[in-house]
Amino acid sequence: MEDALLIDWSRAQFALTAMYHWLFVPLTLGLSFIIAIMETIYVKTGNVVWKEITKFWMTLFAINFAIGLATGIIMEFEFGTNWSNYSWIVGDIFGAPLAIEGIMAFFMESTFFAVMFFGWDKVSKKMHLLSTWLVAIGSNLSALWILVANGWMQHPVGMEFNVDTVRFEMANFWDVLFNPNAYSKFLHTIGSGYVMGSLFVVGISAWYLLKGKDVVKAKKSIVVGATFGLITSIFLIVSGDESAHEVALHQPTKLAAMEGLYDGHGRAGIVAIGQLNSEKQIGDKSEEFVWSLEVPYALSFLGFHDMEAFVPGINDLVYGNEAEGIESAKRKIEKGKVAIEALKSYKEAKKSNDEARAQTALATFRANEQYFGYGYLNDEKEIIPPVALTFYSFHIMVGLGSWFLILFFLILYLAMVNKLDGKKMLLRLALFSIPLGYIAGETGWIVAEVGRQPWAIQDMLPVGMATSNVSVMAVQTTFWLFAIIFTGLLIAEIKIILTQIKNGMEAH
Amino acid sequence: MVKLNKPNFPIKLKKIFQFYLEGFKNMRVGKTLWGIIAIKFFLFFFIMKILFFPNFLKENFDNDTQRANHILNELTTNLTKESK
Repeated sequence: MEDALLIDWSRAQFALTAMYHWLFVPLTLGLSFIIAIMETIYVKTGNVVWKEITKFWMTLFAINFAIGLATGIIMEFEFGTNWSNYSWIVGDIFGAPLAIEGIMAFFMESTFFAVMFFGWDKVSKKMHLLSTWLVAIGSNLSALWILVANGWMQHPVGMEFNVDTVRFEMANFWDVLFNPNAYSKFLHTIGSGYVMGSLFVVGISAWYLLKGKDVVKAKKSIVVGATFGLITSIFLIVSGDESAHEVALHQPTKLAAMEGLYDGHGRAGIVAIGQLNSEKQIGDKSEEFVWSLEVPYALSFLGFHDMEAFVPGINDLVYGNEAEGIESAKRKIEKGKVAIEALKSYKEAKKSNDEARAQTALATFRANEQYFGYGYLNDEKEIIPPVALTFYSFHIMVGLGSWFLILFFLILYLAMVNKLDGKKMLLRLALFSIPLGYIAGETGWIVAEVGRQPWAIQDMLPVGMATSNVSVMAVQTTFWLFAIIFTGLLIAEIKIILTQIKNGMEAH
Repeated sequence: MVKLNKPNFPIKLKKIFQFYLEGFKNMRVGKTLWGIIAIKFFLFFFIMKILFFPNFLKENFDNDTQRANHILNELTTNLTKESK
């Protein structure tokens, strides 16, 4: 019971810090490129209005960056304290990408940020523009290294488990870097940041138009924001498709939860919208949905690029499906327990210098290694993540993403034909879509992270085995401390940004 | 052979220093932001990290062999943790 409580609080704390961190990051990723585009227009045209526009958005970028700075470091603290088993086991895989990220971020921030903010009129226009682009590229590359690490947890490749050091060690750096799960996740995640940045620019510009303030600059901003938003929304859909394909291949339980699919079948459709049957249990025969609207064949096609493809459901994955060659979770758990026993036997044999026994145990371990994590599960149903949370988060994310595409298209079209002025309802919708962008981003993370439960490392290490033996009270205390600090930071950001917006675009 | 232009080096350093100094001096909203960053870093690195987030393995074990043995022990004997 104590263990379960510790795991839940450690999970809650990590979720809290990760989700707060993710409130700041997407705007940095997206706004940095939008600023670079605006400054490029200034350098190309020589029109000082574009310089003023760039400076305004750069100020808002700086506020968001400064408030969000180092919020991610908290997760590293948590790794060392609450997740020490996990940290030790993945140390070698995580060490390299995170070290590269840290060094790169330091040099980028201390050099090019300084030129970007202090260098107006002190360096040449081209040098300043280069710095702005490098800040944008550097910020996005920082995200690459983090997502390479995250992608590895979702689909561990390019590593070997060393039984003596009890660590995953990198066997091939390029396999880790070019892990399809990592780059599809990276592209989809930065894509969501670009859309967030666009929503921010379009929404705030819409507010200026509604107020009749800084109209010329707001209109110019809105064209850049909506164009960037429209292009990146399409990019987001394409990268989302690739990301879902990776999930279908390597995380079938997540896909089944995302779609509320209990009984797998070929020619599977996607539920566009629906209400899950809350009484539904794994293995029973009740209906999956109270009501639903389905797009036929779409899940088979998007998941496996084949309309006939069989998509396994939760029941297939838990109880197995011989006809489709799906092993039951019970069988995997048995093999996992064999792997754990073999590791234990290896340890004892090494201690007593019995090399022959150690080699036999090692061979048994290697034969069952891919099921290692399953050995820690007590019940076959534990392989299924929380279905309702994953399903609704996924559908909220997709629904909002579709709305943003429509919004950017309408705004851009009306801006281009110069008919945006009277469209108060649309401008209000654009303004209220800013928080929707954050909701879409957070629900995306819920799908990615809740959807992969119970695993810290897919199939290899369940979350329950990743924690340290620390007291529940300590984790609870720091949970509330973080909740207070991060909420304070969020309030500070909103307050400072609102003040700057109210001051108008002229004041920068 | 690489020639070092020694007389220019201190001048360049001075210019870089002045660039940063003037930049910081002329900040407006930036001053508030640096204040927030300073408070945040103090809270994170001096309060949270030191008081609440000791590195469990570094604090409790002297070397990597001991740490590896502890993790191995966790993985092979402490199997009662609930995963969900």
